[in-house]
Amino acid sequence: MKALRNYLDKIKPNFEEGGKLHAFQSLFDGLETFAFVPRTTGRVGSVNIHDAIDSKRIISFVIIALLPALLFGMYNIGYQNALAAGKLSEATVLGMWWFGFLAVLPKIVVSYAVGLGIEFTVAQWKHEEIQEGFLATGILIPMIVPVTTPLWMLAVAVAFSVILAKEIFGGTGMNIFNPALVTRACLFFSYPSAMTGDNTVWVAGKSLLGAGYDVVGTDALSAATPLGQAAEAGFAGFDPSVITNAIYGLIPGSVGETSIIAIALGALLLLWTGVASWKIMLSVFVGGAATGWLMQATGLSAIQWYEHLVLGGFAFGAVFMATDPVTASRTEGGKYIYGLLIGFMAVLVRVLNPGFPEGMMLAILFMNLFAPLIDYCFVQRNINMRAKRAIK
Amino acid sequence: MSKLFSSENKEVFLNPLNKNNPIAVQVLGICSALAVTSQLEPAIVMGLSVTVITAFSNVIISLLRNTIPNRIRIIVQLVVVAALVTIVSQVLKAYSYDVSVQLSVYVGLIITNCILMGRLEAFAMQNGPWESFLDGVGNGLGYALILVIVGFVRELLGFGTLLGYSVVPQWLYDHGYQNNGMMTMPAMSLIIVGCVIWAHRSINKEEK
Repeated sequence: MKALRNYLDKIKPNFEEGGKLHAFQSLFDGLETFAFVPRTTGRVGSVNIHDAIDSKRIISFVIIALLPALLFGMYNIGYQNALAAGKLSEATVLGMWWFGFLAVLPKIVVSYAVGLGIEFTVAQWKHEEIQEGFLATGILIPMIVPVTTPLWMLAVAVAFSVILAKEIFGGTGMNIFNPALVTRACLFFSYPSAMTGDNTVWVAGKSLLGAGYDVVGTDALSAATPLGQAAEAGFAGFDPSVITNAIYGLIPGSVGETSIIAIALGALLLLWTGVASWKIMLSVFVGGAATGWLMQATGLSAIQWYEHLVLGGFAFGAVFMATDPVTASRTEGGKYIYGLLIGFMAVLVRVLNPGFPEGMMLAILFMNLFAPLIDYCFVQRNINMRAKRAIK
Repeated sequence: MSKLFSSENKEVFLNPLNKNNPIAVQVLGICSALAVTSQLEPAIVMGLSVTVITAFSNVIISLLRNTIPNRIRIIVQLVVVAALVTIVSQVLKAYSYDVSVQLSVYVGLIITNCILMGRLEAFAMQNGPWESFLDGVGNGLGYALILVIVGFVRELLGFGTLLGYSVVPQWLYDHGYQNNGMMTMPAMSLIIVGCVIWAHRSINKEEK
């Protein structure tokens, strides 16, 4: 650590005004403040206190919390590949994980390269500090797309999202919509066949660098997500083994969303460190469960309420997407409303819209839109209450 | 002759093409810009129709401007515009039926286009016929310009064609390229118009 600090101090003058590497000043600053808490303090004479936990540290916690889901997602990709190839008995756990790692790594690289590239360019162009928000977004994006998504599509969607959903609003902290979800929405509406088409997108069918198996024939490749099956006509209900597998995470789905156990580990870390709001997380699950129960009780859907919570992107969205502090409601009361409505909308879309077997993405984006309104109502209510008290 | 093309008249014609563009600066006529721009051909036809109607309604109102009683001027303007819209709509039906089907109600809805009434009220009621004609053509073309840009981008990326001819080479599709489905949705034209306005404002920064 000390050596790194000394090295950074040594090369720092090159990046200052007039130094020969000044063009990369924002890059250097971004790396330096990521590695070390900046030494800036409040202005002399002011009463502000700097918390050492700045947003770069918060985002590091988010990334650590995402790791269980990511690592398990990699294993699941190998598992689905071996299952489709019919070689499950001879595949090793490590071999399957290695295959998944090789399949996901390019997506992580592309997502970070495109997103951070745009962020660095904008920061340098506007003479601002690098904004750290993309560090979490960049790892979230590969986790919410199918494993077979072509890299160029991912690059287009990331660029679209970072420029149009984030930078034009003023960058990190100013965006209305969650940039990772906008990336997924962009992919979803632009290239629907690559996101859900014919259910052949969930299994990686080519061996990579000798790992994994070549899957022969499209029939072997087609694996519907449980929600995709449920959206088909004549669906009567899930086999209990599907739900068990969904809790472990051994079902087809986007890279990071399948395993409830891995997501729960991340959720515990986020709640323990206080990075994510338990109010939002809880109320999303309550809203989803209540709506799911209602849909099942009224005979609109054969999916039980608890099945809604463990299938698809519901848990992942509730833990990592809905709790994004920038796009969620910020008033304490508003968080309950915001979360309840996300759960409600997600199940509503799943059950009542035949075009969308999964509704979490749309529900969260929709409520992102309403979060400022919810906050406004709560703030206004407080103002009115205090005004009344003052008049008495 | 020199008076016809004086510098003021040139300004009247060129201003709406760039510095005072009806869509990019005044943000008028947005609805039709969103509705008809999923392909280039209807966008061009729509732009030309609006140009013709704006130009001639400007001329007619400008000729009548001293005889129209002030209280009923809106009705008179509407009658003139409605007559011209009907003529254009019939001509489209006669000579390019396919495009007129694609444009459907939006030809008829030119009558509600804010650019038209705006030019009639703001310009034709105070100026002579020749200036009004230039103003009408300029505004119509300024509107058409944005429509063509949006239609170009949307058809190229959404369908891989331009004016119906495929321009994206087959080998790109063979290598996994796909048309962008979102470009064919109306929401995307709003985003593209936004990008055009963004570019326009950054180019004309010193105007502020």
